[in-house]
Formats: sequence, structure tokens, C-alpha cells
Amino acid sequence: MSKHAITVTVNGEQVTKEVDARTLLVHFLREDLSLTGTHIGCDTTSCGACTVHLNGTAVKSCTVFAVQADGAKVETVESLAKGAELHPLQEGFWEMHGLQCGYCTPGMLMAAKELLAHNPDPTEEEIRWGISGNLCRCTGYNKIVEAVQYAAAKMRESREEAAV
Amino acid sequence: MSQVEDRVQHLHAVPEGASAQVETTEEVRVRTPEKVCGMGHRMKRKEDPRFIRGQGRYVDDVKLPGMLYMDIVRSPYAHAKILNIDPSEALATPGVLAVITGKDLQAAGNLHWMPTLMSDTQMVLPIDKVVYFAQEVCAVVATERYIAADAVEKVVVDYEPLPAVVDPFEAMKDEVIVRDDKENKTNHIWHWEAGDKEATDKVFSEAATVVKEKMHIPRIHVASIETCGMVANYDPTMGKMQLYMTTQAPHAIRTVFALVSGLPEHKIQVISPDIGGGFGGKVPVYPGYVVCAVASLVTGKPVKWIEDRSENLQADSFARDYWIEAEMAADAKGKITGLRVKTLADHGAADAAANPSKFPAGLYSICTGSYDMKAAHVEVDGVYTTKPPGGVAYRCSFRVTEAVHMVERMTDIMAHELGEDPADFRMKNFIQPDQFPYKSPTDWEYDSGNYPAALQKAMQMIDYRGLRKEQAEKRARGELMGIGISSFTEVVGAGNSRDFDILGIKMFDSAEIRIHPTGKAIARFGTKSQGQGHETTYAQIIAEELGIPASDVEVEEGDTDTAPYGLGTYASRSTPTAGAAGAMAARKIKAKARKIAAYLLEVGEDDLEWNMDRWQVKGSPDQHKTIQDIAFAAYTNHPQGMEAGLEATDYYDPPNMTFPFGSYIAVVDVDKGTGNVKVRRFVAVDDCGNIINPLVVEGQVHGGLTQGLAPALFEEIVYDENGQNLTGTFADYLVPTAVESPKWETGHTITPSPHHPLGAKGVGESPTVGAPPAIANAVVDALWHLGVRHIDIPATPERVWKALRDAGVSDD
Repeated sequence: MSKHAITVTVNGEQVTKEVDARTLLVHFLREDLSLTGTHIGCDTTSCGACTVHLNGTAVKSCTVFAVQADGAKVETVESLAKGAELHPLQEGFWEMHGLQCGYCTPGMLMAAKELLAHNPDPTEEEIRWGISGNLCRCTGYNKIVEAVQYAAAKMRESREEAAV
Repeated sequence: MSQVEDRVQHLHAVPEGASAQVETTEEVRVRTPEKVCGMGHRMKRKEDPRFIRGQGRYVDDVKLPGMLYMDIVRSPYAHAKILNIDPSEALATPGVLAVITGKDLQAAGNLHWMPTLMSDTQMVLPIDKVVYFAQEVCAVVATERYIAADAVEKVVVDYEPLPAVVDPFEAMKDEVIVRDDKENKTNHIWHWEAGDKEATDKVFSEAATVVKEKMHIPRIHVASIETCGMVANYDPTMGKMQLYMTTQAPHAIRTVFALVSGLPEHKIQVISPDIGGGFGGKVPVYPGYVVCAVASLVTGKPVKWIEDRSENLQADSFARDYWIEAEMAADAKGKITGLRVKTLADHGAADAAANPSKFPAGLYSICTGSYDMKAAHVEVDGVYTTKPPGGVAYRCSFRVTEAVHMVERMTDIMAHELGEDPADFRMKNFIQPDQFPYKSPTDWEYDSGNYPAALQKAMQMIDYRGLRKEQAEKRARGELMGIGISSFTEVVGAGNSRDFDILGIKMFDSAEIRIHPTGKAIARFGTKSQGQGHETTYAQIIAEELGIPASDVEVEEGDTDTAPYGLGTYASRSTPTAGAAGAMAARKIKAKARKIAAYLLEVGEDDLEWNMDRWQVKGSPDQHKTIQDIAFAAYTNHPQGMEAGLEATDYYDPPNMTFPFGSYIAVVDVDKGTGNVKVRRFVAVDDCGNIINPLVVEGQVHGGLTQGLAPALFEEIVYDENGQNLTGTFADYLVPTAVESPKWETGHTITPSPHHPLGAKGVGESPTVGAPPAIANAVVDALWHLGVRHIDIPATPERVWKALRDAGVSDD
């Protein structure tokens, strides 16, 4: 099995590691970097529990090789909060009860983050489609939608305040 | 005012003379200020900060020094003799330490078989033959996860295929015997009956109308997003086995492990850390767990085993798979008089359900549901097939879903057959509020209920009469719209311990509360949350009882070394049992606190009254001691002769089950061209008695509804004739996304349980039980005028389209 040295900027920190060619990005994050917030739910790109951002685009890290992230920026759920300050999405999920067992939550947060980056004021239907690559077995999605709406409103407000 | 509205106009009235009856209200009772956050507050969950930061700790997050990885070789056949297992190539792979076979387990003390939770037996690893596709054949232990997965491919197993028996009706012919290890060479496992056969036959012979239907409640899978897994950590020096495990019932599992392995129970610590959804699928002991523990024992090192999704869907316990033939009788006035049910229960290769011993078909005999009838008789036969063993609950209380689906479908069929509106027909046939406590024909005693109130509220919320008008207009235009009702009764909260046990362990549950000197508390419970929010709701119960702010109460579960013994979380039993234990333990603390307060205030105990968070002198509330004052005194200034400290434990044995209920109404549009069913609206009115945290209850109901939608329209485990699983990934086993899941509209009525200390009932599973028949009834309601009488779930586009084609609507 060939080994490859890769350099990846993960959550703002540059790391260089040697990995097998076949090492999946999700295992690189979880095993090599101990970033266990990114979860594995299906191995087939169906459930979205492993969603992270690769150069700002949400990807399912169970079907990306670690070597594909060489030279890239990767952001995981651990990047969202700045110290004690939660990201508006994290706040929304907590306020609106957008999680139960918490297993799908990191992937949901990262999928929702990409949605709001492209569409700061999504309709309910747009939110539902935006998270349709992520399965949740606990919440029935109502409150996840509300959590994303909460975050969208809050992020719009802070942008407006910044513009004034 | 229609007949229906007239019937329920006294929704909130308590009939005179009905002493055991409880009043129905709609307002959630809140008795504590927000600072205390007792029952009724929409408290944000205490467990969430770690989850939203990705800091939950699930089994696969556990990483121990020197940890090895285990992977499993699985059978490609549903039924085959094992001729030989050759591990040599796998063992020659660098990094591979061991290949564990059935023979190894046999040599280690007959560990190659284990008991199921139904006192049946199940192979851990086979020696002679395999009996289901994806069955565990042997296990590889290696230094790395990827090496273990590679080595699985290198184990050479020679099989001699045997005929599979996939259809349970074929299995009953005993032409292919699944379990030839047993003395009786038959696939028939057991026969079980409830109710009065003679009385039921009489009712049917006198009936004015009898309807009959066959239905299949298909095999489905809980598919929690976290699969199953374990980290086994045997310490040879201390002789202690630590098992991090995805289990809903850590204590029961510890006892089972002790009995099966011979390890002393005090040297086994089961830790159920954060669990990524359970839904019943994490109650059983799967072979992988046992082999993982053995692998750690053999190597003396920590060993991790984590299933992948296909293993999870293909080999872990399924739910349902009931083949039902039901008949319902009614008299000339359209009053339901009886129910007669025969059922074949496909258990796969072992009866590995998780039912109490007395109830091989679970609580299926709750099947008379919300309707008052003279007699009922229900028979179930369990049968082996060459499919994975089961069946577990899939978010339901021991087979209630099957019962409710059947009775709600039959009620709808009867209503349609008689030409009555399904809502009016239900109102006419409901057990009425003044009939509680109600003794059912199959011997359940329903604790409380107000079925007309819940249905009435659902009808108002959705504008039922308006929808019927719309439906008539659409039908006139040739459009297919259906309205389906389900007015279910659940039975949750096992035990009592007289009737309920798991492998002989009685179904009580427990709480232990310790108040620290500064008035903060830690509370430990015998249950185990898998997302239900126990860390919050249990803290609110203690806040309600003692006035200690819920934020000051740390709740712990899932570590058998520290938590009091309990039976775990499933079957909506946590609030009815452990929640009650929490209240009772708090009341014991309150009683001791009273003695301390009397001592501190220099008054008699009888001179004191409790006020939210304090004992105060009657008529002189300024003279008081808060629970925090009393806690400090309990360690610093307690009366001579009294034990120091302020703590209590309670093992709560409920006097009866709780019977939550609700009425759901679904509106569907059916596409004539494709057969696709779209749930346009869905109103759910639930009654789970007193509500501890409305936010959490809403979340539980929403989640349960999506898990009710799932089997109604999408999910089914499908096998081919050779017993191969055709739905082994999420690309084939269709879990609903946010797009398929409609915006759930929820409401509630509150009819407290008269026997639960908090008046609460379980709720987490009601929607999974209640939703499927509402949707199935809506689909058939859309097609009834075309001559369609029944469609089995899941009502896939293909099935609905075929029904339309057979009715002459769709073209081939």
C-alpha cells in the first residue's frame, strides 16, 4: 500500500501526515487527528453524518480520500464555535431542539452552513432540500428546519448590523 | 352541531360519580418559576452543548492505548453447511493477530451459542451450518481497522448450500427445518392466544356485518444512524472486563454477560456512552458483541468492533414481519362487537424478540384498541425462517404497532363498508371517558383516556369537515385525495414486575439522588437515553419535587458501576418507571428534609408545610428552611441520632402500564399516473398525561411521526427467494429525508395517568404506532370508491399503481 504525505489545513491549522492512498478523509479526521465530531453512519454517501467542508463545499467525507484533501482547507463541526461563542446554527439547534441523539447533528450543521452560505434567506422547502442529503432518525426534521430558520435570521441580522 | 361535536361538547367535564376518572385539560401545568424549571417548562436540553460542538462521546469515539480492531466474516448464503474454515491466508497477513471461529468459542466454554432475550438460543459463531444471509461466521482481530477488513476477504470458507425457506407459510410445512439443532424437528416455535374464543365466536355468529382482511406488517429495520459496536477492554491484572457498548439496557446486558461467560458480575462494567439512536435495535445482544468481548479476553488488549451499515441492515434484529388475518364484527346499529385475529409471526432463525417472558407476541393483545367491544380473540404462531433473528420493536412497546395497525385498518374498513364517516364511526365506538379504568376483552386495564376529546381536537385542527367537502369536489373531477384517521391506544411503561420481566429479571426501574452540601445534586438512573433527553427531563422531575433548579441537577446513566440497577430504555418505559422512581426518591429526601427542618426551626414536623423548595411553618411562611439550607445542615448540623447526608434510592414497580393515546389525521394526494402518495397534511393530537417538558415531547412526537411515515410509504427489508437481502444499504432501504417528511402539525390533550406519581405516561413511541394506519387509511380512502379495499404497507408507488391498474384507472 503506497503512502502519501499530505498537507491539509484543518479548522485553520495546517497539518502534515503520511497516509495510505486508500485512507478515507473521515478516518483521517477521526483517527489521525482525533476530530471525532464527524461521524460515520452508512459508508455509501447516503446519510450525511460525515459531512465536512472541503474548500468551502460540503462533502461526505466517507467517500473522499484523504489524499484528495492534500493542499485543501477542511472544516469540521469543531470549527463552528469560537471559544465560548456558538455559531448561530449551533445556537439554533440548541434553542429550537433541532437534535436528539446528536449523531447526525455535526453533519446537519455543516450541510446547513453551506446552504446558508449560498442562500441566506431560504424558504422552508429550500431548507428541506438543502438538508436532504442528511438523514436524521430522531427529530422528524421539523425542528431542524426551525433551527436553520433561526440561524438564517440571526446571521442576516448580524450582517445588517455590520453594514450599518 | 353534528352528532360528533355533540358527543364531545363536554370535553373537559368530569362525569358525576366517576371517582377514578381524571379530568382532561389542554393547558400544560407549570408550578415552578423558570429559575427552578420543574415540570411543564420548555427547558433547553442540558445535554446539547456537547452534541452541537461535536463533543458527544459515542462508542466509536472511544480509543484506548494498544487497541485492536475486529471485523466479521459473514455468510453469503441464507442456509448452508459449513464444510471448512481456512484462516491461514488471513493469519499470514501482517497485523492480523487472530481469527476466532465457532470451534474456538466452543473450546472456550461453549460460548458458541447464547440465549436470546426470549429464552431461545442463537449461534454466536456457527460450527455446522449457517441459517441466515450475512450471519457471523468468524471474526478477524488485527492491529488496524483496514487490515482487519482486508483479512476478512482472505478467510476461505467452504459451504454446501441448503435450501432457504424465506416464506413463513412455507416454513410452517416443515419441509426445510431451520433449527435442526433442536429436539423437535419443526419450524413452529410457539402458539399463543389471548381473549375468549367461545365468546368471540358467539359474537361473530350474531353479527349483522363482518369484515375480513389479510395484511402484512412488513419486516423493517430501526436503522439508527449510529450502527452497533463495542470496545471491550479486559484487564488481565485486575480481572476486570470493561465493555463500552451501544446498548439500551446496560444492567440487563451485564447480568446476561455474567451468566453466559462465567465472569463474576462485579468484574464486568458495561458503559453505554452517548448512543446515536436506539429504537429497540440496541436492546439485543448480537454475536459481534460476544466475540469482541472474547477477543479482548483472549488477547488481553482492548478490541473495537463497529458494524458498517450493510452489516447493520442485513444481520441485526429486524422488527414486525407479522402476517395477519383479521375479522371484525358489528351489530345492526354499526357498533363494533368483536374482533378475531390469526397471525403468523416470522421470527427468522431464532426467536430473538425482546418481549417479557409471558408475552411471546409482546403486547399484541392490546389489539382491541380504543374501541369498546364485547369480545375478542387473538392467536399468534411464531415460526422460524432462514432470515436474521428478531424481532425487536422499532420504536414501539412490544408489538403494539402491529396491533394498532390491524385494528385501525379494520375499523376503517368497517366504517367504509357500512357507509359511515370514519370519524363518526370511531366516535360511536370509542371507549367513553366515563368507562375508565376500562377492562379490555383481552384483560388489559386501561388507566385513563378521553378518546373523543383527542379526535375532536384533531378534526378541528385540520378542518375535517372542510376536507371531506374538498375530497368530494376533487373526486368529482377525477382527482384522488384521501383522508385517513388513526385513533390509537398505546400500552407502555413495563412493568409491573408481576407480569413483566426480561429473562426473569423483573421490570422495575430505579433512581438514586444525592444532594450535595451546597444544595446541588447528582441523580443516577437505571435507564439509558439514546436521544430522548433524560439529562433534562429527569432533572426537571427532581426540580419539580424538591425545588432544586434543574440546572443544579447532574443526571447520569449508562455506567453499571455507578448507576442503580435498572432494565433500560425501550418500550416508552423511562418516564413511567425511572421517572417515577426519581419522583419517589425525591419524596423520600423531602421526608428526611422535613425532620431536619423541624430540628432547625425548633418546631414539630406536623407544624411544617412544603412550599415548592422549602419547608415552612404553617401560617408563618417567613419561618422556613429551603432545600439548600437543609442540605447544608444535613452534613453540618443534623440532629443527633440521625444519619448524616441527604440522599435516597427508589426502585419503582409500577402498579400498571400507562395507556397514552391520540388521534392522527393524514391527508394524501395520490398520483393516478405513477401511484405516488404525497402526504399533504398530517395532524397529530397526542395525550401522554402530564407533560414534563413540552419541547422534548414535541420533538419525540415529530421524530416518531417520521418513523411512522417510513414504514407506511418507504421502508421494507426485502429478500429474494434464496434469502438474500436486497435492501442492505441506504440506497435501497429508504429512510425518509426532510423532503419526504411533511411539516408535522401537533397538538395535545392532557389526561393524567391516575397511578403514575407525576400523572405522566410514555410518549416516544405513540407516533410511530399511530401514524402508519393513518397514512394507510388515507391511501385506501382515496381509492375506496374505485373498489380498492386494502393496500399493504409500505404503500409504494408500485403497489398503489398496481391497485389503480387493477381498478381500471391506470394504464399498463
